[in-house]
Amino acid sequence: MDKTVISIQDAVVSYREDVALQGVSLEVKKGEFIGIIGPNGAGKTTLLTVINGLGKLIHGQARVLGSRLNGRNGNDLRKRIGYVAQVERIDPRLPISVRETVTVGCYGRLGLFRRPTRAQQKTVDEVLEMVGIAHLSQRPIGHLSGGEYQRAAIARALVQQPDIFLLDEPTASIDQKAQHEILNLMKLVHRQYHTTTLFVTHDLSTLPSICQRLILMKDGRIWQQGSPQSMLQEEVLTELYGAPISVPSNIASLQM
Amino acid sequence: MDIFQYHFMQNAILAGLLGGITCSVVGVFVVTMHLSFIGVCIAHAAFAGALLGLWLGFNPLIGALLFSLAAAAVVGPVADRGELNPDTSIGIIFSLMLGLAFLFMGLMQGARTEALNLFWGSILTVGRQDIIFLAATTGVIVGLVAVFYKEIQAVICHREIALAVGIPATVIFYGLLFSTGVTITASLQTIGGLLIYCLILNPAAAAYQLTYSLKKMLLIAAAFGVISCWAGLVASYLFDIPSGASIVITSSIIFGLATAFSPKRKVKRWQQAPLTG
Repeated sequence: MDKTVISIQDAVVSYREDVALQGVSLEVKKGEFIGIIGPNGAGKTTLLTVINGLGKLIHGQARVLGSRLNGRNGNDLRKRIGYVAQVERIDPRLPISVRETVTVGCYGRLGLFRRPTRAQQKTVDEVLEMVGIAHLSQRPIGHLSGGEYQRAAIARALVQQPDIFLLDEPTASIDQKAQHEILNLMKLVHRQYHTTTLFVTHDLSTLPSICQRLILMKDGRIWQQGSPQSMLQEEVLTELYGAPISVPSNIASLQM
Repeated sequence: MDIFQYHFMQNAILAGLLGGITCSVVGVFVVTMHLSFIGVCIAHAAFAGALLGLWLGFNPLIGALLFSLAAAAVVGPVADRGELNPDTSIGIIFSLMLGLAFLFMGLMQGARTEALNLFWGSILTVGRQDIIFLAATTGVIVGLVAVFYKEIQAVICHREIALAVGIPATVIFYGLLFSTGVTITASLQTIGGLLIYCLILNPAAAAYQLTYSLKKMLLIAAAFGVISCWAGLVASYLFDIPSGASIVITSSIIFGLATAFSPKRKVKRWQQAPLTG
């Protein structure tokens, strides 16, 4: 349980003149469920892109799943990292079904010139069942609601059989009922697979109750980190967001 | 019909079959990935390159190939990086290509019949070499689509997600852009530089209206492409009108009919019964 799967030292990432990450260091142990919060522009998404090798470091180093990211091995590592982004508008006429979208999850590990095996197709069926969208499998992906689309995205990431799960605001732009269902699904997934998970959100009310550690980011730096109990204090959050913040009642359980 | 007895007509029918399939298959990627403007830009680059070849006295197809590949290599990163609004920067490259085409045309000495043929295309004068080049292009494009179908499907679905699951999405994306360039080059002589893009866009856009399955869309688009070429060819012969124009008008009519009868226009029919394709 104490094996380190992510180790980032003094990472600096810049997009043209904007410095998105400024000397971030982070250690993540296997099986941890980490919540990352902070205001918009704090560098939360950029931190995830460093982990999956899509963010280019201009200083520092990152070691993920035992390999040091060097700009050439990112593609191989990404096959072992499930990534779920926030809901995007998909063309409703796109000729691709929910099942086909979910199956994309196994294409990276499968490699070029090979078709999904019967066992992989069975895994797709099982995962669709697990996330509760098996009845939508033949529907065009652009016809799903926000909550259904996120279930499909989580299913795709699960089909990948990842060693690390990166969730970038998966509950943004969906209604409260769907948010609640996605959070419950994440809880179920973590209990079943114990996958190392980093969950980014700027909305405190969507913080999963299973977070073991909270990272507070601000201005491209890790501002504070610790147990949910120690981080979810009104004075800490007010200073983080630069505005009076009260701890939402639905995440009070994280403080216990 | 006796028109099929003529050797030039047999060549034209073959060119229509091959050009119709290749342009439409490439068109499916252009349409589903919303790359229409990039495609127009590559088409005009090919046209400018062919005119440069004619002006300087080398094979116009080589000029078209080099220019279209160079355009694909430039517009891809321009659209990706977003340093300027992609429409603005691609529009500038597009206008540059059009300007170069007219410049090379203006610098040519004597009669410009061959150059004008590149404008409008001349499917009725297609030679054996053109057919071989077109057949090879069709074989390569269809073969690549079959081999890399799952990667292409993933990139069409969501390029960033394809990259995030470990698919070489950038290579696939540029492969599709270069395929567009090669297809345009191969069909330039047949359809013409100003009209080729309609044959790429119209059959695929028509197929887009009719199915929720990518495989079916590829097949329907290819069928529409071939029908456009053959029907346009017959219309050209019967009414003595330019073949390129009649092919493009036919494909536009097919698009109009497909849009009018598109099941996708029926509001949320899938809510009652899930679609299967």
